[in-house]
Amino acid sequence: MKTMELRVTVNGQPRKWSIGPGDLLLDVLRREGFFGVKRGCEKGECGSCTVLVDGRAVNSCLMFAAKVQGCEVLTIEGLADGDRLDPIQGAFLDHGAAQCGFCTPGMILAAKWLLDKNPHPSEDEVREAMAGVLCRCTGYIKPVEAVLAAAKQPAKRATRKREPAGVAR
Amino acid sequence: MESFAYANPATVEEAVGQLAAQWGEADVLAGGTDLISLMKENLHAPRRVVNIKNIKALEGIRKTAAGLRIGALVTMDELAKSALVLAGYRALAEAAAGIPSPQIRHMGTVGGDLCQRPRCWYYRGGFGLLAMKDGKSLVPEGENKYHAIFGGGPAYFVSASSLGPALVALGAKVKLVSAKGAREVPVAQFFVTPKDGDTREIALRPDEILTEVVVPGAAVKSATYEVRQKTALDWPLATASVALEMNGTTVKSAKIVLGHVAPAPWDSPAAAHSLAGKQVTEATAEAAGKAAVADARPLSQNAYKVTLAKVAVKRALLNAVKG
Repeated sequence: MKTMELRVTVNGQPRKWSIGPGDLLLDVLRREGFFGVKRGCEKGECGSCTVLVDGRAVNSCLMFAAKVQGCEVLTIEGLADGDRLDPIQGAFLDHGAAQCGFCTPGMILAAKWLLDKNPHPSEDEVREAMAGVLCRCTGYIKPVEAVLAAAKQPAKRATRKREPAGVAR
Repeated sequence: MESFAYANPATVEEAVGQLAAQWGEADVLAGGTDLISLMKENLHAPRRVVNIKNIKALEGIRKTAAGLRIGALVTMDELAKSALVLAGYRALAEAAAGIPSPQIRHMGTVGGDLCQRPRCWYYRGGFGLLAMKDGKSLVPEGENKYHAIFGGGPAYFVSASSLGPALVALGAKVKLVSAKGAREVPVAQFFVTPKDGDTREIALRPDEILTEVVVPGAAVKSATYEVRQKTALDWPLATASVALEMNGTTVKSAKIVLGHVAPAPWDSPAAAHSLAGKQVTEATAEAAGKAAVADARPLSQNAYKVTLAKVAVKRALLNAVKG
């Protein structure tokens, strides 16, 4: 297959990758080691592959990588600032808002998109923003509580230390 | 997915130059939410994908002398939140807002919503648009829970477009551009009910791009009401879009269009006529709903959709006059 050059900023780092026209953003990100981007239904239904492209939540399984030419992509790996967790990540930990964790990156990024544009959402707005991510084990109550808590106490969360590393990239 | 060449035109002229006279050669890529699904299933295997997302002329919503001009690349999210749309075209904003995930609303475009292929599981499963086997459709005696209750075949799929019914109700037109020139088609005629498996369900030709939608500026009260099984990540079972031209508190003329019940948005002149000269009340709205489904011919598993369509009409009407 013919290749093309993709220039994209991922988690603040400029990247230059060689891709095929049919390569999906999901596949390219995982190929490059961003395993926090989860391969779920691959049909745009489960939201596990959610990333932010220029600040907007999208399903990376329904997007050709070629489409993010010149864009800024944020994956879950880019959310913490060094050892400091993002307030949403801290709130998910505090609330035990994950069980198997597979949907968690998508949930947190959907929440990040919401709080970036609407720092003080209502519960309905949180539920609406998270509607594109399916959880098959623990449900939605804890994640919704976590997002509402993150919105209430950003200052405290910002200083929270990162937990011992899981999969590092 | 079959391999293909990727074209990145910067203008409509360049883009239409990449299209072909027959289907199958090239496909237009905007948000990708439908095209990529189709390509993954090998239902579409274009040799060339023409990405139109870099064509600035296809963006934006603005007021013109002809009404509201909506670029084909406007996303569902932009449409649902646009102050211009919310102010005068509520049926359209509500139809866009109904698409139930922020991710899809961020990606999906107005042009893509109108040009997307049906979600019929026979079509998506590779049985063809009309699901024909040995000269007859598999649908009437098959799994037809989500299929059409109007039209009488041989096409039993339902139009998947969320905006179609609202745009028909509002009397909108689409602009279709090819290398040979441009034409305007009323949205009501853009959707076609195919009589054979080789016809598309839209009037777009393979060498054309849908570049914009123009919604006339007439002052109407409008609303869209959708019925879904789930509030998240689901397709509607039945929808109704209504547009009312009022004379004080009574209806001067109405347009009532059902969605997800036929291969195309289903205009109901009978329902509209039942309201003429009357106020919209619980009773007249219910009567309009009844009139809208009087000719419904449900299949073996989808009689429930008749009730849903009837209620959708009633609620859309009551919402239209409430706001």
